[in-house]
Amino acid sequence: MGPSVGTAAPPNGRRLAKLDVPVIELRGISRTYGSDPPVQALRDVELEVQRGDAIAIVGPSGSGKSTLLNIVGCLDRPTAGRYLIEGADTSALSEDALSALRGRLIGFVFQTFNLLAHRTVIENVMLSEIYVGTPREGRRERAMAALERVGIEHRADFFPTKLSGGQQQRVAIARALVGSPSLLLCDEPTGNLDSTNTETVLVLFEELIAEGMTMLLITHDEHVAQRLPRRTSIIDGQLTEYT
Amino acid sequence: MRLPGRSPARRRGADAAARPRLPMRDLLAESVAGLVARPARVALTVLGTVVGVAALVATLGLSKTASNQIVGRFDKVASTDIVVSPARRGARTASSVLPFRVEDRLQRLNGVVAAGSLSDLNVGRDLVSSVPVNDPIRRTQFQLPVKAASPGLWRAVRARLKTGRFPDAGHSARADRVVILGPNAARQLNLSTVDHRPAVFLGDRLFTVIGILDGVQRQPSLLGAMIMPEGTAAVEYRLRAPALAQIETRVGAVELIAKQAPPVLSPTQHEQLKVSAPPNPRDLKGAIRNDLNALFVLLGGVSLLVGAIGIANVTLVSVLERVGEIGLRRALGAARRHIAAQFLVESSAMGALGGIIGASVGVLVVVGISAMRTWTPVLDPWIPLAAPFVGAFIGLVSGTYPALRAARLEPVDALRAGT
Repeated sequence: MGPSVGTAAPPNGRRLAKLDVPVIELRGISRTYGSDPPVQALRDVELEVQRGDAIAIVGPSGSGKSTLLNIVGCLDRPTAGRYLIEGADTSALSEDALSALRGRLIGFVFQTFNLLAHRTVIENVMLSEIYVGTPREGRRERAMAALERVGIEHRADFFPTKLSGGQQQRVAIARALVGSPSLLLCDEPTGNLDSTNTETVLVLFEELIAEGMTMLLITHDEHVAQRLPRRTSIIDGQLTEYT
Repeated sequence: MRLPGRSPARRRGADAAARPRLPMRDLLAESVAGLVARPARVALTVLGTVVGVAALVATLGLSKTASNQIVGRFDKVASTDIVVSPARRGARTASSVLPFRVEDRLQRLNGVVAAGSLSDLNVGRDLVSSVPVNDPIRRTQFQLPVKAASPGLWRAVRARLKTGRFPDAGHSARADRVVILGPNAARQLNLSTVDHRPAVFLGDRLFTVIGILDGVQRQPSLLGAMIMPEGTAAVEYRLRAPALAQIETRVGAVELIAKQAPPVLSPTQHEQLKVSAPPNPRDLKGAIRNDLNALFVLLGGVSLLVGAIGIANVTLVSVLERVGEIGLRRALGAARRHIAAQFLVESSAMGALGGIIGASVGVLVVVGISAMRTWTPVLDPWIPLAAPFVGAFIGLVSGTYPALRAARLEPVDALRAGT
């Protein structure tokens, strides 16, 4: 049996011992832009995501959800507070270390898919392993397993421009799954999809969550948020959990 | 199930934050893929370097090929040419330093092929005329340079006759009133043949024209002059000493004869003689080639600079177009240096490709032009071999600013730009 992707139950006791650490921990996170006048995009945000959690963060435009995603994805640093990912305090890490951490622990799914148009589907998926130091051997097989997981393996040698929006987003999800990240970070993943493709992607997310994938999904669409077990709203940079 | 080789324990904390790596093979593969994705643009970009490197290789090759030809021709005449003359012009010096019939002394030197003396005569206001009457309509009298030559001079200057003969030692010894005319002087005097022993007047003295020159390879002033034997000049115009000694040596003997000639010509006053000899042919060859090379390298350099600016421009445009891709790569774990490295490899590869094609074109140009001119193509082998490296270096330098600019992009800003 070839390689496959997933986030299923821990295979051994050693891993169990590590499970008590939250995947991400945000303690008093604030982010302020500019100085004249300063704009506070996040205010004293507290958030803890345990392994296997799937949280939707819902908010209107300008509420600070993209800022939150950037900080959780280690693409930006907070101006105040502590952010820990798998127990490592990101404020203590160099920029290089943050890059490595992004590559190894976080799988990104973007609203605009962010696929390279001149590379085939499988090459796009293989791209996610280039910077994390995994051996070249088996890279293609791992990428193919990820494509199989999202049901798009028959388009492996196509260029993204030949695929529908839903198919492109599934390729992007496959790229995020390669390397079994600790956290799947999705930024409006259905924002560019029609209702049919949105449903396909959401079903895929539900399957991944059922397999134990830790997920943080940012959306402005309440219907999308309802498909995730845990929901938080963000308004004016402040989080409020609701059911 | 998890993917092989990605144990969860390794992904914890500091382990996960270890320095990101980009194996060289992946870097090259990504760079090649980046280039292949835009073949037309790469081709146009590379064209600038191709022209620059081709110009450089072709000019360096042609300069060497051409300088070999120049030196080959130059060797035949100039590298065997020595002129000895008094160091200071003046009646006293000229009258006392050089002897008459220099060939008698110089021919004893091993390495001298021919030698002779030449002097300018001061004939006052005397004009030269080929007819004894003054024609009021046509000009019949001319002011021509008048010179005196020893019998050996004709061989030493490699003179060719159009008609008649050269004055010989007998003419000089007897002080015969005979002259030989340069071709330009003969044309002025309207003389084309000496079959009827024409005569010319110099002032009121009558001289028989015994020959007309066709050309000389040295002392080109002879072409427009009337030349009489040295002995005749001594008697008729009180020439006291020759003005210069012209020597032709064997190839390779010029340096030796240049040293030996002054003491032979004037054992007591040789320090008052000035020797004009060509530089060592090898040095001259190098000097000519260096002069040509400097010019051509400058031209090639300008072409390369244009090519470099082209690469810099295109790489910069490429960076601006690929902001989204840069953001994606940063999100996937690429460090700033990985982004910079990829753009540097891409620009270096474009430069190297331009260097390879340019070197090939340059070699073809050298061979083609040499074939057309029936020259032997000469090209240092290191030039085409070094060309790809020169191209790569230029690509590297040109790509530095765009690469740094790409690396400086913040991932958040780059991702916002989209792919």
